[in-house]
Amino acid sequence: MMVAKHHPSDDVLLAYASGALREEAGLVVATHLALCPRCREEVAMAEAIGGAAFDEIQPSSMQPSALDSVMARLDDAGSAPDDTSRDRRPTPFADPGAEVIPEPLRGYLDGRLDSLPWRRLGPDVREFSIISRPGGATARLLRIAPGKTLPEHGHRGDEHTLVLKGCFFDGDEVFSRGDVESAHGEAVHQPVSGPDEECICLVVTDAPLRFTGLMERILQPFIRI
Amino acid sequence: MRGGTEPVGQLTRTDLAELVERIGRARDKNAFAELFRYYAPRVKGYLMGLGADAHVAEELAQEALLMVWRKASQFDASKASAGTWIFTIARNLRIDALRKERRPEFDPHDPALMPADEPKLDDAVAQAQVGRRIRDILKQLPKDQAIVVKMSFFQDKPHSEIAAELDLPLGTVKSRIRLAMGRFRELMEDR
Repeated sequence: MMVAKHHPSDDVLLAYASGALREEAGLVVATHLALCPRCREEVAMAEAIGGAAFDEIQPSSMQPSALDSVMARLDDAGSAPDDTSRDRRPTPFADPGAEVIPEPLRGYLDGRLDSLPWRRLGPDVREFSIISRPGGATARLLRIAPGKTLPEHGHRGDEHTLVLKGCFFDGDEVFSRGDVESAHGEAVHQPVSGPDEECICLVVTDAPLRFTGLMERILQPFIRI
Repeated sequence: MRGGTEPVGQLTRTDLAELVERIGRARDKNAFAELFRYYAPRVKGYLMGLGADAHVAEELAQEALLMVWRKASQFDASKASAGTWIFTIARNLRIDALRKERRPEFDPHDPALMPADEPKLDDAVAQAQVGRRIRDILKQLPKDQAIVVKMSFFQDKPHSEIAAELDLPLGTVKSRIRLAMGRFRELMEDR
């Protein structure tokens, strides 16, 4: 069984557990967790840290009527649906091949993969945009043909890439299914997809990519890579 | 029943877990009132620390405790302490109501989930032990590590802003978090 070797860093896992992480990065972390029992334990531990620290919070007094007011609502409150029960079904696999996509990502795609409206970014790369925020944060799915080099690029912010299928090489490292590569700030890198099969990745950025090659810089406003 | 809502003296963790279980099993309103008196002011303090004004924090704290009532039968003392469980309810409410975002979460029943090799065999006693040791480690953390960990939980700032506020390089904040997590991790491996 293939086990993930590259994980989100501790500070990212902590930020996910604490609720400080934004939705896009949370999508990468949570989908990685589906593929990584080790990190599920790390997050459970981080939540326990939060629980311990929570007890040390300076309490802020409630209004005198607060308890009575809530007590009056209890009889009608019923039960909340169990998030983890089997009644709440995971998103069905709408396309063959979608089995490589765990929740929560699969829910964001309505269980689809091949039937998504992919956009071509050149001959070797297709993209599906999942989240695109006015401030520049994005989450997208990339499908890269085997053995292809992505344009050299740097980042203004953080970028997290989760491999769902296939693999890519970056410098000396190989990233396979379940692995997360995080790149920050000034890093410039040029990943290459593995030779045997297409590479499908979830890529999240918190700032638009900065392309370093001249042609790419000219094209960037048009391609919006 | 007159509601005294000032924070009361220390309830033990076992007490708190029992209160939640009584609510879940028997819809025990006395247990709920005790839990409310203990946790509602803490949830309110938590939300105000994240930037909510007192009025919003008050309303959301009431919603959080109502959610505790509604979800109490799902509380599993072998998986987490009551404090951790209630923290996650408050956290999710914060994301939903204050930030108006979704919180992506994996689904334990997802067929595409990779299961753990050896299921953790825990019970409430083991969980209580873990909780105690986590609290001990938290108390013993070097101050510079404790600060960044707590700021991550209780301030509405990404780590880059925490770094700016503490006048530290971001890398230093990250490595302090890593060191702190390392201590907790050692504890978990001792189990």
